Amino acid sequence: MSRESMEYDVVIIGGGPSGLSTAIKLKQLDPNLNVCLLEKASEIGAHILSGNVFETRALDELLPNWRELNSPIKTKVTKEKFLFLGKTKSLSWPTWLLPAVQQNHKNYIISLANLCRWLAEQAENLGVEIFPGFPASEILYNEDGSVKGVATQDMGIDKDGNKKDSFEPGIELLGKVTVFAEGCRGHLGKQLIEKFELNKGKDPQQYGIGFKEIWEIEDKNHEEGLVMHTAGWPLDNNTYGGSFMYHAENKQVFLGYVIGLDYKNPHLSPYDEFQRFKTHPAIKKIIEGGKRISYGARALIEGGFQSLPKMFMPGALLVGCDAGTLNMPKIKGSHTAMKSGIIAAETINEHLKEDKDLSIYEDKFKNSWLHKELYEARNVKPSFSWGLILGIIFTGIDQILFRGKLPFTLKHKHADHETLKPANQMPKIDYPKYDNEITFDKTSSVYLTGTNHADNQPVHLKLKDPNLPINYTLVKFDEPAQRYCPAGVYEVQKENDVNKFVINSQNCIHCKTCDIKEPSQNITWVTPEGSGGPRYGNM
Amino acid sequence: MKILVAVKRVIDYNVQIRVKEDGTGVVTDNVKMSTNPPDDNAIEEAVKIKEAGKATEVVAITVGEEKAQETVRKALAVGADRGIHVKADGILEPLAVSKILQKIVDKEKPDLVFMGKQAIDDDCNQTGQMLSALLNWPQATFASKIDVKDNKLEVTREIDEGLETIEINVPAIVTCDLRLNEPRYASLPNIMKAKKKPIEEIVASDLGVNVSPRLEQLKVEEPPKRKAGIKVANVAELVQKLKNEAKVI
Repeated sequence: MSRESMEYDVVIIGGGPSGLSTAIKLKQLDPNLNVCLLEKASEIGAHILSGNVFETRALDELLPNWRELNSPIKTKVTKEKFLFLGKTKSLSWPTWLLPAVQQNHKNYIISLANLCRWLAEQAENLGVEIFPGFPASEILYNEDGSVKGVATQDMGIDKDGNKKDSFEPGIELLGKVTVFAEGCRGHLGKQLIEKFELNKGKDPQQYGIGFKEIWEIEDKNHEEGLVMHTAGWPLDNNTYGGSFMYHAENKQVFLGYVIGLDYKNPHLSPYDEFQRFKTHPAIKKIIEGGKRISYGARALIEGGFQSLPKMFMPGALLVGCDAGTLNMPKIKGSHTAMKSGIIAAETINEHLKEDKDLSIYEDKFKNSWLHKELYEARNVKPSFSWGLILGIIFTGIDQILFRGKLPFTLKHKHADHETLKPANQMPKIDYPKYDNEITFDKTSSVYLTGTNHADNQPVHLKLKDPNLPINYTLVKFDEPAQRYCPAGVYEVQKENDVNKFVINSQNCIHCKTCDIKEPSQNITWVTPEGSGGPRYGNM
Repeated sequence: MKILVAVKRVIDYNVQIRVKEDGTGVVTDNVKMSTNPPDDNAIEEAVKIKEAGKATEVVAITVGEEKAQETVRKALAVGADRGIHVKADGILEPLAVSKILQKIVDKEKPDLVFMGKQAIDDDCNQTGQMLSALLNWPQATFASKIDVKDNKLEVTREIDEGLETIEINVPAIVTCDLRLNEPRYASLPNIMKAKKKPIEEIVASDLGVNVSPRLEQLKVEEPPKRKAGIKVANVAELVQKLKNEAKVI
C-alpha cells in the first residue's frame, strides 16, 4: 500500500529532553534546516515522568538565557536529607558525607513534563515542526540498509486489524538523518540496537522501574526546596532501590520510588513496595492529611557506561535514554539526555554541511563532559549487586576517595529478564491492605494518570507465544506480569477452573516494564493509536 | 451554503477534574485541554456536508483566551476552510457567547450554525438555544442525523423517549449529539496545511458585547465521597438493612 511521504533534513522521534534539545540545537546551528519531531502522546509532556532534580549544565549551554525566557525552572534546592530506613526507625546520613554526585545544592526541583512543554515552545519558535499524537511505528530503510526515516502509525484500525470508516493511513517521514529519542526502551531503538548490533561487546542493559506520585500536603509539613532520598526499608538488602521526595512549589511534593528490575523474587510487586514505603513513619508524617493528585510510572535505564550501545548507525543516531545516557549515582538523566542531543545536532550539522561521517558522534561524545560523567559513575550500579551495604561501602570508596577513577570497571552480569528465581524457591510477600488515605490500589492510581486508548484497536502488547504465560510463566514464576506492571494491565483470571491470561491494554501507561522484565521476553510493546496512553500533567 | 461551526476548548475528557482548594473553580494549570467532544461531531458533520457538495464553506469559530485558538486550528486540520477567534478572557457564560455568535452571524451571514449539544465543562446546554432566540432562527437540538434538503433540514433528535425527526427551514441552528458521526483523525499533511489557513482574530469588546458574567458563582466543591459498600450474609439481613438503616423500603 502506498503511503504519502514527507521529506525533511532531520526527523526526530520523541519529544523529551533529548529530542527537543537536538531540535533546538539544529535550528540554532542552521535556521534553514527542515526539522520535524514526532511525539506519541496527545501533547508534549503528557508521557514524560521524572523526579526531577534538574542540573542546568546542558541547558546553560543550549539556551544560556533560559532565566529570561519564563522557564518553569523556579524552585532551587535549599536543603538535602538522606535517610536510611529501618522498619520503623530512620537514620539520617550527614549530607557532607554524601559523594559529590549526590549533592544537589546548585540544582532545581522541576517538573520535567513542564520543562519539555517549554522546550517545545522554544523549538517551535525556531521553526521546528512538532507533531504530537503521531507515534512512529516503523523504521524505513534505504536499499543500502541505511535508515531512511520512519512511518507513523495507521489510525482507525479495529481490534481485528480491519480498517474502520475513520481509517487514516500512516505517513512516511524521510530524513537525511533520523534521530531516535524515544526514551528508555524505545521500541524502535530496540530494533535498531538489534539490527545494527549496536550493543555488541557491551554489558547487558540494566533497567529500573520508577514510580511517582504528586501530593498536595499541609503547609506545616511543606518545606519548598527540600530534597530527600531514602534507602533501605521496605526493600531487603539484595534488592536495589530507594525513594525520592522533592518539595516543589504550590505545596506539592514529588514522591517516588525506584526499584532495579534485576530483582530476583517473582513475588515482589514494585507497586506494592512503593505503597508500603509511604506508610513508614518518617514519610507518613509528611504526607498525612495531604491529597494525592497524580500517579505514574516509567522504566528508567540504569546500565550506564558499560551498557551504552554504539549511538550511531547509517542514517540515524540514538540520543538520551533511547541509548542510555542516564547517570545512575546522580539519579539524573535529563541534563545528560540534553547534552547527548546537543552533540547529536552538532554531528548532524557537520554531516550535512561537510559530509562528515555520523561516527564523529562517538568522538564528540568521548571529548565531552557527558562521557567523563558517565565514566566516573560506571562502578556504582554494578557494586549494588553485592547488596545494599557492600554497595554503599564500595560507592563511598569509589566516589568519595577515588572520584570514580578506580582503574577497573565492574561488569553488569545479567539482563533483567534473566534474574528471576522460580516462584517456589522464593518467599511470598504479604503486602498490607490499602488504606485509601496513604496507600491506594492500582485501579484508583491508573485513574489519576488520565490514561485512555481509543477502544476497538489492536492490542499493543504483543505476545510472541500466546500460550506461554499460562503454560510456563504462571507455573514457574507465578506470572510476575501481574505484579511488575504498575497499571494492572496483566491479569490471570480463572474461568471454569481454566486459567486465562488477560491483557487490559487500555490501562497501559507506556512504562515498558513488561517488555524488559518478562522472563522469556515474550511481551513486545508496540505503539498504540496516536494520543493513546497517559495524560500526565506536571510529572 | 455556508456553515459556521462553534467550538470550545475544555479540559480533556480523560483528565480527572480537581477542584481548587479555595473553591473558586477547577484546576486548569498543567492540565491537558482539548476540543469539546460534541463540537468535534459538529465540525465533522459540516465538513461531510461540504464534501457531499451541499455546502461551499465551513468556518470554525471559538470564543475564549489566547490558547483557545488551538481548537480552531484543529478544526482547520479536519477540513474547515477558515477560522475566527474571538478573544475574551475569564468566565464566559452561554449568553455572552451566544451574543458574540449573533454578531458574527450578522457579519458572516452563514446559512447554518452548528455546535456541540453542550460543553463537557459546565454542561450548560444553552448556547445554541439562546442563539436561536437572539437570531429568531429555527433550532434543532441533540441532532443524531442531519439530511440537507434544498432549503430545509431533516434532523433526527435524541430525546428521552427515543428518536424524533423534525424538518426545519434554513437558516437554522443545529446542536450536535455524539452519535451524529465518528469524527475523523487529523492527518499529518492536513495539520501542516491547517497551519497556513487563515484565522481572523477579533477582540470581544470590539463587537460591543458585554461579556461580564450575569451569575455569581458562590462555591465549587467536589461531590461527597461515596461510602464503601458492605457485604450482607443473606437476604433477610439485606431486607433488614434496607428497612432500618437505609430506610428505603
